[in-house]
Amino acid sequence: MDTSLTWVIYAVVIGALGVLALRDRTKAKHAVIVAAKSFVATLPVMLAFIGFIGLLLGLVSPETISRYLGQGAGWWATITAFLLGAILYIGSLVSIPLAASLLRAGASMTTIAAFLTSLMMVNTMTLPLEIKYLGKKMALSRNLLSLVFAFGIAIVIGMGLR
Amino acid sequence: MNANDSTETNGMAEMKPPVQSKGPKHILKNFRWVLLVAAVDLLLWLLWPQQAAPVLHNTWDYFVEVIIILIPVAVLMGLFEVWVPKEAIGKHLGRESGWKGIALSFLFGTAPTGPLYIAFPIAGMLLKKGASPFNVVVFLNTWAAVKIPQLILEARFLGPTFMLVRLALTLPSAIVIGWLIQKIIQRTGGLNMPRETPGQPA
Repeated sequence: MDTSLTWVIYAVVIGALGVLALRDRTKAKHAVIVAAKSFVATLPVMLAFIGFIGLLLGLVSPETISRYLGQGAGWWATITAFLLGAILYIGSLVSIPLAASLLRAGASMTTIAAFLTSLMMVNTMTLPLEIKYLGKKMALSRNLLSLVFAFGIAIVIGMGLR
Repeated sequence: MNANDSTETNGMAEMKPPVQSKGPKHILKNFRWVLLVAAVDLLLWLLWPQQAAPVLHNTWDYFVEVIIILIPVAVLMGLFEVWVPKEAIGKHLGRESGWKGIALSFLFGTAPTGPLYIAFPIAGMLLKKGASPFNVVVFLNTWAAVKIPQLILEARFLGPTFMLVRLALTLPSAIVIGWLIQKIIQRTGGLNMPRETPGQPA
């Protein structure tokens, strides 16, 4: 566990909040309230994923995870992960720790990167809303082009990092 | 966990969490998946304590790891909410073009935090105000894929190299996608915006 980075983040965030509190007490209070709200709002999904990952990693052996999501699983695993990422809507607060735990359990970098890039860049679930505000032409072309680029980025990350 | 549940409760960076009816029934519904997992854990512990030990151990470790980083990330989101009010985005982004426009779109895309669907009304308003599709796409794509709290999580969980490589690839791609969409829209005769676009962010 890389604790030093965690403490740097704590120091910076507490410092920034401290500066804000000195300059404007109500704004600082508002920031803390927003922080608490977003934290609480994340909890149900977050806790469910934590429990799910705990079960998965505790019951399924790393060899099995590696067989289905690792190098040996080949392109199908990567493409499935990519499509899942494109369809699902999971916030990055949940998806990034999830991806990291699968990676540690033996999933391949390409597959994990494919899941994350499509999750972030392709937004099928919110497409109706996007069409409503931006029109069909822009919303569809944005998502289609993002789909292509997300796949490319995942492949490059997978080739570059192992 | 299916997709519907995650949209409903996906609180990731919720700047203004939707007004929810409180009450025990609602809370129970939100936490139904947590309860299900807890029930499975309990059953496992009662029936096969040996199998349950690594599960509980893993769950606890993972819980501590995630919560420790989630706290400062949530505070950071709160700070951005106060420092970069959404009205400021509309005010500045509608007017600028060229490289300055791209830079601003990028800045306004990375700083605020919140699910992408919050950005759609802002983007719609920007288009109506005359911002170029190019800028609006750069704004949306950075909002979706490059946000500062998200980068912190990536560096922490997947390593600084992963974070930097993805960032280095995502930024140019946002610009290329924006440029392509601008071309597509110019060649095909304008935006065809929906006739009645709700003007103000909900």
